[in-house]
Amino acid sequence: MWSFHKWFERHSLILLIGILVVVSIGGLVQITPLFFIESTIERVEGVRPYTPLELAGRQIYIREGCYTCHSQMIRPLRDEVERYGHYSLAAESMYDHPFQWGSKRTGPDLARVGGRYSDEWHRAHLEDPRSMVPGSIMPPYRFLARAELDVSRMQDHLRVNRMLRVPYTDVQQANAVIDARAQAEPNGDAAYDFEQRYPGAVVRDFDGDPSRVTEMDALIAYLQMLGAGVDFSTYQAEAPENQR
Amino acid sequence: MANSERDEATGMQTTGHEWDGLRELDTPLPRWWLIVFYASIVAAVIYWVLMPAWPLGNGYTRGVLNWSDRRNVAAEVQALQSARAPMFARLADASAAGIAADPELQQFAIAAGQSAFGDNCATCHGAGGGGAPGFPVLADNVWIWGGTLADIEQTIRVGIRSSHPDARLSQMPAFGRDGLLSPRQIGDATEYVISISMARARLTPDMAAAARGAAVYQEQCASCHGVEGAGDRRIGAPSLKDDLWLYGGSRAEIRRQIEQGRGGVMPSWEARFDAGTLRSLAYYVHEMGGGEPDATPTPPTPPQ
Repeated sequence: MWSFHKWFERHSLILLIGILVVVSIGGLVQITPLFFIESTIERVEGVRPYTPLELAGRQIYIREGCYTCHSQMIRPLRDEVERYGHYSLAAESMYDHPFQWGSKRTGPDLARVGGRYSDEWHRAHLEDPRSMVPGSIMPPYRFLARAELDVSRMQDHLRVNRMLRVPYTDVQQANAVIDARAQAEPNGDAAYDFEQRYPGAVVRDFDGDPSRVTEMDALIAYLQMLGAGVDFSTYQAEAPENQR
Repeated sequence: MANSERDEATGMQTTGHEWDGLRELDTPLPRWWLIVFYASIVAAVIYWVLMPAWPLGNGYTRGVLNWSDRRNVAAEVQALQSARAPMFARLADASAAGIAADPELQQFAIAAGQSAFGDNCATCHGAGGGGAPGFPVLADNVWIWGGTLADIEQTIRVGIRSSHPDARLSQMPAFGRDGLLSPRQIGDATEYVISISMARARLTPDMAAAARGAAVYQEQCASCHGVEGAGDRRIGAPSLKDDLWLYGGSRAEIRRQIEQGRGGVMPSWEARFDAGTLRSLAYYVHEMGGGEPDATPTPPTPPQ
């Protein structure tokens, strides 16, 4: 026993390999089953990949570090379910790369903020949080309404998401730039085609400025669909395979 | 352990290793530490047996306690609902007067309503219903879509210009933006609106312009806001006779509203709240200051 230990301790390369083996056992035990356990992601209806505009909004959300104060994960605890709605399901973040779960809540959880407030509220709140919530310590994001949305890389964003197995089609990828603008222009020529390509997505002028598509459009489009996807009328929360 | 020797200063064995003349004492681990260490190994094994622990090829070991966070929260929420059920049942067919006549029920409805209001409504309407520009004050007795308990509950349930199929709908035209009226006509109409409202005391309308604006008003505005400007709650057209302005009460702000015809959106809350919470919330808002007595229900909104 001691001579074996001595052998490890006295050969740095062998010690290194030994450390790697031990650490990887811990990692594999945690990670590998997720690729094989079928029940990891619940079967739900209504969750769809992000539209290009929502995806752009999601990137603004990450760029601005919203996740440092807001989580997107309602835990299965009574108080959270009472306040925010149904606890989050794995299926709701299956198209998130990376997910935005988090455990730090300086601001409220945003997993089900979609549809909870009006676009106008989001606009006023992002421009001056304290005009809507007097005690808020959130910084203002006025520049979002002035910044034209950069859609030039939209096709690449969809392509990368496809590599990560988000089921975008060739047509969706090819039209990503057009679609990113179309969702914020209800009277535009491309609005109809967009709705055909993304059934269930909402076409609206999110930022109240019909003349252009801004980062505010993208961010509000993203916020307004958070947690609004799952059709809880068809989801069997009580079913044994969902009771984990 | 060949070179192990006794250290003179401490009387302890050394490990027998030597690095550049340095030797290491072979002091045993403290007993309490060893006990905690072995106890935690035992605790881990017990945990594996009791709780969900080890991943398997297509599942995991469930543990003899059959623990499930999701089942637990379902049971807790169920218990909460059962605890509320008797009061919610009494609320289900109570009128505003009926709730007020029953102190226990009233206390319950206010408490449940206040809790739901704080989490969901105060964000826009302000704590205490104080409102914000574009988001109506709920604590006064001025109601755009009606102020009886039934009216308020209907508004909360279906929302205003929301995606709900029965949403309360109406749209003020953007007379300026869409070129329906000339800037001069809008200026005249603004003066007329000021002249018929309580704002005339502080804004001193130009009476000549207001006289010209009267014709514009009767032609364009009276069908919704009424011949005398009393408004129409069935279509959410606010009264213009008072001095309360959703989008601001300065001359410029009143004019901007005629130009742009803004209308707020209130989400439908039907899917988020159960019936009892909806009724409690409506009662809480009703009691904020200006709730109107039960009347024959307002007829449903005519389609636009």
